[in-house]
Amino acid sequence: MSLIEVKNLKKIYADEGAQTQALCGVTFDIQAGEFVAIIGPSGSGKSTLLHILGFLDRQTSGVYHFDGKSIDDYSDAELAAVRNQKMGFVFQSFNLLPRTSVYENIRLPLIYSSIKQSLWDGLVRKAIKDVGLEHRAEHEPSQLSGGEKQRVAIARALINNPRIIFADEPTGNLDSKSGAAVMEILQALNQKNGHTIILITHETYTAETAKRIISIKDGLIVSDRVVAKRVDAKDGFVK
Amino acid sequence: MTLRQTFKTAVAGLRTNKSRSALTILGIVIGITAIILVMSLGQGAQNLILGQIQGIGAKTIAIVPGRQPKGISDIASTLTDSIKQKDVDALKKKGNVPHATDIMPIVFSSQTATFENQSYQPTIFGVTPLFASIYNITPQEGNIFTDDDVASYANVVVIGSKVKDQLFGNGEEALGAKIKIKGQSLRIVGVLGKQGQSTFVNFDTAAIIPYTTVQTYILGIKYFNRIVVQADSEANVNATVEDIRLTLRNSHNITDPTKDDFFVETQAQAIAQVSTITNVLTLFLAAVAAISLLVGGVGIMNIMLVSVTERTREIGLRKALGATSNNVLSQFLFEAVILTASGGVVGITLGALFSFLASLVLSRMLSTNWSFTFPVMGALLGLGVSAFIGLVFGLYPARQAAKKSPIEALRYE
Repeated sequence: MSLIEVKNLKKIYADEGAQTQALCGVTFDIQAGEFVAIIGPSGSGKSTLLHILGFLDRQTSGVYHFDGKSIDDYSDAELAAVRNQKMGFVFQSFNLLPRTSVYENIRLPLIYSSIKQSLWDGLVRKAIKDVGLEHRAEHEPSQLSGGEKQRVAIARALINNPRIIFADEPTGNLDSKSGAAVMEILQALNQKNGHTIILITHETYTAETAKRIISIKDGLIVSDRVVAKRVDAKDGFVK
Repeated sequence: MTLRQTFKTAVAGLRTNKSRSALTILGIVIGITAIILVMSLGQGAQNLILGQIQGIGAKTIAIVPGRQPKGISDIASTLTDSIKQKDVDALKKKGNVPHATDIMPIVFSSQTATFENQSYQPTIFGVTPLFASIYNITPQEGNIFTDDDVASYANVVVIGSKVKDQLFGNGEEALGAKIKIKGQSLRIVGVLGKQGQSTFVNFDTAAIIPYTTVQTYILGIKYFNRIVVQADSEANVNATVEDIRLTLRNSHNITDPTKDDFFVETQAQAIAQVSTITNVLTLFLAAVAAISLLVGGVGIMNIMLVSVTERTREIGLRKALGATSNNVLSQFLFEAVILTASGGVVGITLGALFSFLASLVLSRMLSTNWSFTFPVMGALLGLGVSAFIGLVFGLYPARQAAKKSPIEALRYE
């Protein structure tokens, strides 16, 4: 059974009478443990697709099964629970809480989880260590570099040990060195820990760190291919 | 998400904007401070007045001329001449009022007193020596006049400290000197020490004279403004009141009790009246102060709405990370309630502090023993009301926050 099954997925935004079709019927499957890049120019519908896959939005029509169950069968509270327990998000603009320490930012998903409070500290400490920010635990986001902020966001995405990580242009706001470091972490998570990763990007070289690339244009899939010569982020890449 | 965690999250949210949180609760702080201050001062005033009434003694009964006033317009009816010497004589007959131990008629007036070139307007009390024991006063110099002085229409007077200060210079001997009131020369036989303001009588500005002298030589009247009767025990007060009524009706040839041209007051009634008046006044003032709470509540709602808009991305993020709409609703509701409740706590503390300072100042200014009272009920009510205001005025902004779709909120610029 696929982790994600999408059939003829459509999304139409209606705003003051004008209708915009962001997704015009896309179909694909993603297996657990895959590392998939969704690539396309801006306005192609890739972010819309990620938001629906990440339970942040609902499709207008079509079918979306996550873990064998249709998104239509979930209530809003159940969607929240799945986002909390099975999904992790990394955004282009980091989305860290301002004036809140690195430690507290990483802990945030735990307060909405059913994980026992006595375990929280250990989990947060481990996540901070995994992204190499032990010395920054008590700092606030405004004191961090872009690369460090994104590492905090990754640690936060991993804290609940999710099955799948959605990364929406995670290197978009970073210099090439920090970008490479972030991609290295994502590759390692996929290879060592078996996390499923869905990466949104408009940069081909970033996309080639993935195992599979789905290209989207004007709301439709134009290609779906396996990456023949995968980029190893450890070697660094130049934008 | 546990309640404790929601509470912690709300506190953290407020702490990221400390100065705004502090300014937001100012309206609530002022409202609660005002309510506590008003209630504390009201209670203090009530205690003071009741203390003085009780100081006069629970066995003391006052007979007042005229109909019992039921409202402001009836006050004039007490200025009648319905109580005369024959009433005093009737009351003194042991068979009529068997439980009465002492009976004292009183006339009072305000007249100009002169000594050499100095003049002053004291309050004249035409009484018997019993006056001193009822109000618990002892002259600092000399003595109170005697029953014989009353019987002999003696031209003697006991003056208060302020009267002495106004008529006699520093160090000048007042005792034995003669002052003039309405042309009548009166010898000073006693001078009171400084007593301070009592609720009903300011002894500092008093000139205490035998009532016979006041009636005949100063005012030229034959009636009394009051008769004070002392019962032999507290238990017999009600029986004595009834005896007084029957005796005076008989003396005034009244058969229909509704036509009484006098009324009888006991300390219990006076206490009940004073309590009612001060309670109503306190409630009224507290209600006025409560309006500022309402204004404070609207201020809270306003700031919470701004906060919700400002933190739209935070709300989106929390939802993306697994917060349900209810989690977001309770977080913002908690923030509002914590704001107003802490405003309540600060208000109660400030109110108590100001009341305490006010009690010190009032004690000095009025030279009375104004006691500080902490209104426990008022404080609990204030805390409850402020938390309730947070709940009511925080609900709308919290619902606005909870309603946001995660993706709309995350996209918000």
